[in-house]
Amino acid sequence: MLNLDFSTVWPSLGYLFGEGMVTSLAITVVAAVFGMLLGGVLAVMRLSRHRWLSWPATFYINSFRSLPLILIIFGFYFLMPYVGAWILRSPYPVNIGAFRAALISFTLFEAAYFAEIIRSGIQSIPKGQVRAGQAIGLRPSTILIHIVLPQAFRNMIPPLLLRTLILFQDTSLVYVVSLTDFLGAATKLGQRDGRLTEMYLLVAATYFVICFVVSRLVNRLDQRLKRTQ
Amino acid sequence: MNYQWNWSAFLDLSTDGAHTYLQSFAIGTGWTLALASCSVLFALALGSATALLRLGRLPPGRWLTIAYVEVQRNIPLIVHMFLWYFVLPELLPRDMGLAIKRMPAPWDSFVPAFLCLGFYGGARISEVFRAGIESLPRGQFRAATAIGLTERQAFRYVIFPQGLRIVMPALTSEFVSAVKYSSVALTIGLLEVTAQAKSMQEYTFQIFEALIVAGAIYVVINWTLILSMRALERRLAVPGLLGADAARTADGPLP
Repeated sequence: MLNLDFSTVWPSLGYLFGEGMVTSLAITVVAAVFGMLLGGVLAVMRLSRHRWLSWPATFYINSFRSLPLILIIFGFYFLMPYVGAWILRSPYPVNIGAFRAALISFTLFEAAYFAEIIRSGIQSIPKGQVRAGQAIGLRPSTILIHIVLPQAFRNMIPPLLLRTLILFQDTSLVYVVSLTDFLGAATKLGQRDGRLTEMYLLVAATYFVICFVVSRLVNRLDQRLKRTQ
Repeated sequence: MNYQWNWSAFLDLSTDGAHTYLQSFAIGTGWTLALASCSVLFALALGSATALLRLGRLPPGRWLTIAYVEVQRNIPLIVHMFLWYFVLPELLPRDMGLAIKRMPAPWDSFVPAFLCLGFYGGARISEVFRAGIESLPRGQFRAATAIGLTERQAFRYVIFPQGLRIVMPALTSEFVSAVKYSSVALTIGLLEVTAQAKSMQEYTFQIFEALIVAGAIYVVINWTLILSMRALERRLAVPGLLGADAARTADGPLP
């Protein structure tokens, strides 16, 4: 029964963290940064009075939120070579690699979720703020950039950070396209040494510690932001 | 780029040698629905039980629930999936572990996936219920006991009916999540919709067709869920109390 042997695990730590965790974090950071930028654009579009702006954004957000992330990861992994061929006008599919395909899938997928957080952050600002801006003759873009967004941003920071933490957890799904993220690295070494059980226990413990600590810190930040309001 | 569209590929024999790809997608949809609905029912039961423990007076019950929720929340779903599939049989007594590993397909992957998603969803639903009940004003409970209801009755007739209405939108999104999460079961070998799409594109190279069909299946399932839950919400809505009316009169959205 309990026949655990962690002796092969310790020498692997360098590879697990140096290769695996770095890949996981790289995907997280890139997808968070670009996802938030795209999400911000989508949120503003969705709130727009013009239907030709709000409908495409709503369609984008609802579509991505209805689909499983794994399907999106597979989709872009298999699709991107054709898109690449189309852009480069090449007659053959262009190999862009699993890593870049993963970056694109995560960025586009998370943008839909970030957009909803940013939208509700913007909507949490009382209407009177906008009316006041209009009353003193500011343009809509000025009201958005100088009055609404700076206040909304405060409310958004904690949920955006928590979403990024979920994104970090979700990056482990790149396992399905055989990328060497933290879980992928652990699987490789676990299979090599016949120690999958120990490896997966270590992976679970590592994710738990990181996510638990970070979520506590975000909650504390949330409390502080609420108190100073 | 020259991509050959070929929708008739769905009528080709799939890799199992018995069904066409179209039939395989139908079977995959069945597994997705079976897994999602079984695990949601389990998660609802577990979620409400643990939410009650969490709000209850017994400290060990509270600690246990907090620990359970944190473990589920802070470890990625695919890692949970591997813990149930690869690790659990190793940690159990030898005979039990072997019995689990020797379950016939597809149960060898369906049962661990069901347990994994059930416990994972249970923790999330537990938090949804807790937040819903805690969002009710304290006075509701006090008023109910003041007019002579027992604690149990106060919960059953005053707190629960209001709490349920509050959490309906959050529950809807948990149900949708369960459908989406069920795709992670492909990593332990369950041939649900996403796995069928992957298998079809690997053997026929009809990437676009496979993805469009799989995506459409998820969109149809999830929007059926969302629209029926919204209809249910409207049916259960108490006029003037909660829901759409209250949201509209509050500081509404920007134009």
